[in-house]
Amino acid sequence: MATVSDQQRKKIHPHKFSLWVGMASILMMFAGFTSAYIVKRSDGNNWLEFTLPPVFWYSTGVILLSSLTIYLAAKAFKDRNMVRYRALITVTAVLGVLFTILQWSGFQFLQDHGVKLIGSNSNPAGSFLGVITGVHMLHVLGGVVVLIVLFARAFNTQRKNYSSVPIEVASAYWHFVDAIWIYLFVFFNIVSN
Amino acid sequence: MSNEQTLHTGTAHGTVHDDHGHGAHHHHETFITKYIFSQDHKMIAKQFLITGMAWAVLGGLMSVLFRVQLAYPDQNFPILETIMGHWAKGGHITAEAYYALVTIHGTVMVFFVLTAGLSGTFSNFLIPLQVGARDMASPFMNMLSYWFFFTSALIMLSSLFVESGPFSGGWTAYPPLSALGSASPGSKTGMDLWLISMALFVVSQLLGGLNYIATILNMRTKGMSMTRLPLTIWAFFFTAVLGVLSFPVLLSGFILLIFDRNFGTSFYLSDIFINGIGALPNEGGSPILYQHLFWFLGHPEVYIIILPGMGMVSEVMSTNARKPIFGYMAMIGSLFAIAILSFLVWAHHMFVSGLNPFLGSFFVLLTLLIAVPSAIKVFNWLTTLWRGNIRFTPGMLYSIGFVSMFISGGLTGIWLGNSALDIHLHDTYFIIAHFHLVMGVAGIFGMYAGIYHWYPKMFGRYMNNTLAYIHFWVTLAGAYLIFWPMHYEGLAGMPRRYYDYTNWESFKMFGELNVFISIVAIIVFAVQLLFLFNFFYSMYKGRKVTSQNPWGSTTLEWTTPINPGHGNWTGEIPEVHRWAYDYGKDGKDFIAQTTPVGAGESVNH
Repeated sequence: MATVSDQQRKKIHPHKFSLWVGMASILMMFAGFTSAYIVKRSDGNNWLEFTLPPVFWYSTGVILLSSLTIYLAAKAFKDRNMVRYRALITVTAVLGVLFTILQWSGFQFLQDHGVKLIGSNSNPAGSFLGVITGVHMLHVLGGVVVLIVLFARAFNTQRKNYSSVPIEVASAYWHFVDAIWIYLFVFFNIVSN
Repeated sequence: MSNEQTLHTGTAHGTVHDDHGHGAHHHHETFITKYIFSQDHKMIAKQFLITGMAWAVLGGLMSVLFRVQLAYPDQNFPILETIMGHWAKGGHITAEAYYALVTIHGTVMVFFVLTAGLSGTFSNFLIPLQVGARDMASPFMNMLSYWFFFTSALIMLSSLFVESGPFSGGWTAYPPLSALGSASPGSKTGMDLWLISMALFVVSQLLGGLNYIATILNMRTKGMSMTRLPLTIWAFFFTAVLGVLSFPVLLSGFILLIFDRNFGTSFYLSDIFINGIGALPNEGGSPILYQHLFWFLGHPEVYIIILPGMGMVSEVMSTNARKPIFGYMAMIGSLFAIAILSFLVWAHHMFVSGLNPFLGSFFVLLTLLIAVPSAIKVFNWLTTLWRGNIRFTPGMLYSIGFVSMFISGGLTGIWLGNSALDIHLHDTYFIIAHFHLVMGVAGIFGMYAGIYHWYPKMFGRYMNNTLAYIHFWVTLAGAYLIFWPMHYEGLAGMPRRYYDYTNWESFKMFGELNVFISIVAIIVFAVQLLFLFNFFYSMYKGRKVTSQNPWGSTTLEWTTPINPGHGNWTGEIPEVHRWAYDYGKDGKDFIAQTTPVGAGESVNH
């Protein structure tokens, strides 16, 4: 019903606005998780201390880089440089997948060093890290799915797309999950030490 | 009594437009796109309403069943075995079935009826109509919101039929009972289904809430500034904000619970010994953590239930008192204050959980602060009624009933908000009486006020007024007769959620009172069926609405055709020139929001 909303007086595109509200919502979920982490840790009952997997530094670098590539992708789209645009969203999606793989190898690292994330005799300290990081990975993968949809659209020769709203929305979401990871990474480094 | 008699004046306002007017978008609709996978906000509203009603009947029936057990703990009713099978062997409800009934009654009433059924219905129906939009910001997401709710409801329904029974650990689903399948029969498959259902419900609420906020902020018609919005829209706005910010926290609590249930983690579990199984390996978890996460949603949730009622009552009351709402800005301010405070009081549900008493005293203070905006609202409603030219339509009666319930239930809230008194009163029938009056019955009254008032807009027909009056008076009297005596039981220390009180010497004296409460509950339930008959009968046989604006109302929904199509207005969307409450101004009965401000008009908003 695009025609319906076209007739409305509007200040900001409703989809973009919805995204902002959605971000607030996702932020609250992670706020809930990290507050639970603080509450649990502060009761001091059987909390396992461990060091974060070093690979998290690499995954942080990867996701920061992917924010740069999606920014350039949105810029390329607005310049109608479609070859560059398609290449850049592909790189972004690949970096997103690489990020989740690196996170996963971080879990493996912890398992190898005797920190069980789930299963019997696991400690809430490790489980929290696993669940919070895992839920964040799902959000990154959700972003990858969005990029694949955009990619398919960019190759669709039947319909030309001139609206930059979808890539702008995707890009804003991508920066957002990036920022969430930075927050979580800083949080884990400060609060768990 | 006909509506014309009630209205005194007849319904000569506004002219009749083309009855079959469609919106600006005349597109071909099949049965499926029109009634099932509809993207029209008005149809989605009706879907929410009717699904909510189905759950209200089920939830109400559950309360009748467990009230039978409470009234006659030592008698057998063969009909119960017919309804419930082996859950009522020999016509006597088993303890497991009783706990399951109590749990599912709470869950469906709070979430499916008073959240989805109430704000789902009226936010969808009224937001585009009252702000002057052709539909929601994203009609597709709006449709998804309903179908997530429907799936969630279906899964909850299926949990009633699994062999080990539905979840039975209370609607709050506290661990360890909810986290360990071996803890009770209801904690097995029933709890898995409960969790899946609730997770889908959260998704439904987020999709809906996002849309409500985006529509209100971005899609208002020309001239409709925020301070010209009817109070209904303000209430739906704050409701949606509360939902969008608090449901995700519940979801994170549920995710941790799912890991504890299925993946052996110990977020909520520590030092547990189960009879027949032995000590569990889980260590280091804290069940209090779940309570924090649950009540961080749980408390805003009660305002998610009551705010839509407050908004609709303000609108219905002003329309039918033929007076501007008293203190429009104070009404918005108090809604805002309630919305903010609702995030800062969750621990008052946990005063006896071992919470630090020093921390508790802050929560006492913040809780009691809610009395201030609540009182502002009550005084504004009363002053709106004061010297009004009141028309006692069914919607108006329910609005006045809402205020009555809100006062009666709200006053006991001041008692319960004190941590010292709460030591005695928590988990007794006193709290049952408190939240049923202030949230349950008041919420339902707000919903009835909305249904009776906007039924002509929804279906182009009126409901039968005689049946409506019977429905109102029996429900009002019944609600007080059910819940008032519970205050006495609670003060005497009678705990909630018990299966059978006859073993306690101290509670034997309440045996006959329990019988009385149960009989009234059955009568009130029967009267709700009368309402349902009225609702569905009037849909097809009710008196037809013949004028565009039957209540003489100022707001935009009454400028649409009597049966608006998808797109709401046939031509241009009307422009707005004034606030929504110009009743009895400059000698005129009412001035619609679309009327331009005339020369020499007195104070203008």
